[in-house]
Amino acid sequence: MIGVSLLSFFVMHLAPGEPTALFTDPNINPADLARIRVNWGLDQPIFVQYFYWLGNVLRGDFGTSYTTGQPVLTEVLQRLPATLLLMIPAYILTFLITVPLGVISAVKKGSWFDNLVTLFSFAGMAMPSFWLGLMLMLLFSVKLGWLPAVGMYDVGAGDWGLGARVFDLLRHMILPLLTMTLLSLAGITRYQRAAMLEVLDQDYIRTARAKGLPERVVIFKHALRNALIPIVTILGLSLPGLFSGAFIIETIFAWPGMGRLGVMAIFQRNYPLIMGIVIFSALLIMLGNLLADIGYALVDPRIRYGKS
Amino acid sequence: MGRASRFGIIILFIFILAAIFAPIIAPYDPGEIVDQTTLAPTLQHLFGTDDLGRDLFSRAVYGARISLTVGLVAVTISILIGTLMGALAGYFGGWLDGLIMRFVDVMLAFPSIFLILAIQAMLTPNIYNVMIVIGVTSWMGVARFVRGEYLRIRELSYVEAAKAIGCSHSRIIFRHILPNAQAPIIVAATLGMAGAILTESALSFLGMGVQPPTPSWGNMLIDAQAYMRDAPWLAIIPGLLILLTVLSLYFVGEGLRERLDVRS
Repeated sequence: MIGVSLLSFFVMHLAPGEPTALFTDPNINPADLARIRVNWGLDQPIFVQYFYWLGNVLRGDFGTSYTTGQPVLTEVLQRLPATLLLMIPAYILTFLITVPLGVISAVKKGSWFDNLVTLFSFAGMAMPSFWLGLMLMLLFSVKLGWLPAVGMYDVGAGDWGLGARVFDLLRHMILPLLTMTLLSLAGITRYQRAAMLEVLDQDYIRTARAKGLPERVVIFKHALRNALIPIVTILGLSLPGLFSGAFIIETIFAWPGMGRLGVMAIFQRNYPLIMGIVIFSALLIMLGNLLADIGYALVDPRIRYGKS
Repeated sequence: MGRASRFGIIILFIFILAAIFAPIIAPYDPGEIVDQTTLAPTLQHLFGTDDLGRDLFSRAVYGARISLTVGLVAVTISILIGTLMGALAGYFGGWLDGLIMRFVDVMLAFPSIFLILAIQAMLTPNIYNVMIVIGVTSWMGVARFVRGEYLRIRELSYVEAAKAIGCSHSRIIFRHILPNAQAPIIVAATLGMAGAILTESALSFLGMGVQPPTPSWGNMLIDAQAYMRDAPWLAIIPGLLILLTVLSLYFVGEGLRERLDVRS
């Protein structure tokens, strides 16, 4: 965690661009400029700036955004729900769809279904995320006109009743959610299929079949439970990818989440905000990995924490 | 897999030829305004014209040049760094291994596109920086593979023999072990190039990569979103080219993996 913060802090500050230049008149009086730089702490050496920043973060203060003057924490927390609103359902949907797809395609290896799934997962991995988003937008909002292309609510939705607003939100959610799910689905289904194939090759599966158990029991009780173990790990490892996707997908669909905030912060050289978002994403990714480890212990009886 | 990799090789071959002979193949200058804006594809303009009236086919051919070059150079950088890091970590082990692998973990904890965007924003976004930045942010997977190979190979008796006759560390690392760790590196390079092309397209699309007017498949999509209603081919064609290229690289990579018997 410290490593993440240190690395990104120094990378940020290697910038040749001067953040003050974006917000001030080029003809500003040098004394005023110096005063602004002192206010933002930009006159200090970079090590001092880092420890100053780190000390504040440990006290829960991520600094203030250069553009809005609001605390970074407030800005990020304001945007976080919108991002989680996409990421959590995308995550759950991915898991719910990928397991059956991967399992069926492994059990029926070489069938038309398996070939189709393989083709789709390769295509999904090879597609630029923003392009998939654009194509879905082209089909469903431009050509068919079924769904809104961008944003989170219609203009004027603030005056509607709760039911209408939830419905409106759901309509806006479908395209970004679909894009995100399809993208993470592709790679993980390949893993699920490979994991299931490996398990089906094991001796205990042959034993189970040899003692005359029905195929259904062999697949669901013996094979599936073992094939789920690697998937739990992969789901944890796929979190950074999902985050990277969020930055691009939120930008295309103008979804007011943390990703879009981050991309804007980068264009504005808003260091405190960029740092805040990096730290937040890293935290969430680590939390995800922790959850994956716990999930690992739940599905794999060989692993038990605390009793070694 | 055989059929798929053949398909991949053919597509890549065509695209590489197009990239090399771009000035001969492209009917127009990629930067020149040659006709009315947003014309649908016709025989005269195979892919139509873009929002400024430039010939999209010519731009796509020159774009192939840029996108493939960026992918190739970026993956070369990433393979060089990854191999060196992985070799040092795997061969020497101990604290050096710990240090390098912790660094790998840190790099992997970032959402990569955000890190790349942030670095790009610091530098002037031009084509050389795109190659370098993608290269230095994508070597971690290679480092892990290579480290694993070195951990395995350094225990083999021929390495022991090389040590016994007094070969230097660098000679063992590069002359004795490296040739035997080639297979996974070749596979990783093929798949890595696919990743680099995808990253370049995303960066250029967000305006932080290859800068217009130089055409790349990614930055050709920048304005396409605004013209989606009237000129959807502006958005469809460059994306399809990226998809085909990356897909072909995946197929070839998978084919190589089977041929060279590399475990994933």
